[in-house]
Amino acid sequence: MFKRLHDTPTVTIKVNGQTVRARSGDTVAAALLAAGIDHCRTTPVTGAPRAPYCLMGVCFDCLVTIDGIGNRQGCLVPVREGMEVATQVGKREAGR
Amino acid sequence: MIAAADLSPAYDLIVIGGGPAGLAAASLAARAGLSTVLFDENPGVGGQIYRGITSTPVKNGTVLGEDYWAGAALASEAKASGASIVNGATVWTLDPSLAVGISIAGKARLVQAGRVIIATGALERPFPIPGWTLPGVMTAGAAQTTLKAQGLVPSGRTVLAGCGPLLWLLAAQLLRAGVKIEAMLETSSRRNWLRALPHLPDFLLSPYWRKGLGLMREVKAAVPVIPVQKLAATGAGKLKEVVYVSGGSERRLLADLLLLHHGVVPNVNLAMAAGAAHRWNERQLCFVPELDDDFGSSVPGIAIAGDGAGIAGGTAAAERGRIAAIAAVRALKPEASVPAPQVVRQKLAREEMGRAFLDVIYRPSDSFRRPEGDTIVCRCEEVTAQQVRATADMGCEGPNQMKAFLRSGMGPCQGRLCGLTVTELIAEQRRVSPAEVGYYRLRPPVKPITLAELASLPIGEAERKAVER
Ligand code: FES
Repeated sequence: MFKRLHDTPTVTIKVNGQTVRARSGDTVAAALLAAGIDHCRTTPVTGAPRAPYCLMGVCFDCLVTIDGIGNRQGCLVPVREGMEVATQVGKREAGR
Repeated sequence: MIAAADLSPAYDLIVIGGGPAGLAAASLAARAGLSTVLFDENPGVGGQIYRGITSTPVKNGTVLGEDYWAGAALASEAKASGASIVNGATVWTLDPSLAVGISIAGKARLVQAGRVIIATGALERPFPIPGWTLPGVMTAGAAQTTLKAQGLVPSGRTVLAGCGPLLWLLAAQLLRAGVKIEAMLETSSRRNWLRALPHLPDFLLSPYWRKGLGLMREVKAAVPVIPVQKLAATGAGKLKEVVYVSGGSERRLLADLLLLHHGVVPNVNLAMAAGAAHRWNERQLCFVPELDDDFGSSVPGIAIAGDGAGIAGGTAAAERGRIAAIAAVRALKPEASVPAPQVVRQKLAREEMGRAFLDVIYRPSDSFRRPEGDTIVCRCEEVTAQQVRATADMGCEGPNQMKAFLRSGMGPCQGRLCGLTVTELIAEQRRVSPAEVGYYRLRPPVKPITLAELASLPIGEAERKAVER
């Protein structure tokens, strides 16, 4: 869906255990978009897949688990070397 | 990087939001000697309009345009002003005693303000078409955000749809960055032209029109612009086709990315939760706060500047921030020298001049604001238009009652993506005005906060008072 205009990725993160190269300055949501990962979570009501919609912190469709903490807004969190991201399934995983 | 533990327990002025209004307000106040902190949720300052202004990888100046780069001065001014600027900081509560609940990197604090300026800006108006929740459908603002902040551009078949200045600007920026746009589907009604005519003289005097015409010319030279009366996104699990009706016939476009936009509306959540009175604005089709000449809200000590005060754009936002900051300085430190408010007000009046014309000409059509059938209205709880309409017909009078029936507005976005739609649908079913229906009642926390974050609050007398009520 998206590609980088020029910068080469320099940061490595893990998404669902797979290595993904990102650029320092990416948010988690941007890194997922650039890597062609087509959804962040599935919905609690019907299990429909969702991907980032607003990229400005209002829609919450970018919720992912980051370093073991669930329901983080991927569009607000900058990537860090070694970060472990997991897409979320169904019910919002409260308290995780 | 400032951590929660580094914050002072109290500041003269707390500014919430680091876009043009917040940056201008914080600079002016700090320069006048107020202890000032600015909290912003994003990784860097600039808000949406100047997103990534201090860090963008898009170095070719023409891609984003000179209006974008004007934000650099605001950012560096704010940095030099002595205000503490804290990014990655989420405000989850603000109460009438001016205690601000803030969370930074998982640690929460309550900080006391002498004055508060809310500068949380705008968000894109909900655009509830069939299929708008599919991966591959995003807001135009989202594409612009990631272009500015990360230098990402759409790579597949890209379609833009909707109306308004931002859609044209995005189209031009993407073209300059080398992106191919399959089509721009224009959703505003031709009839708007007639209603907009009375506002044309003012518009012609404003800075907008020359720029606007230039952008439209640039886009039309490269992209087919098609007026549409109906719009839907279809696909299994992700976007495959954009379906539209133009001039009575249905057409389909293969697409990987559909970017939607029909205007922006004030982001009211924090201001409403703080108790600031709002009213319906029929021309802008949204709720706006009731404000005095200095952008003071109905809650003493809380001002609302920028697009959160009603949509007027980025340059107007900065002037509004300055006016609110001058009022704060006058209240807390009358002896300090500040710019003459009349001069700032004149600049603001000039910036606001062409707005009425834009509001009317790009008024989104009823059918794009008030969906029908099983089109999703509340994205979080997956509530459909049909459900909202039927529940209103059963006698449910307002959005708050609707929550109890359908859970609409009770998901994590707290009504940000459905509030206006639900209000307008209920109003249409009841045949009353949205003003009468009202909006969701919003309560803190305005952003989800975990128990662990709450537990990290240091417990002192002030904090106890702030939570026991
Ligand atoms: S993409 Fe909307 S909140 Fe992150």
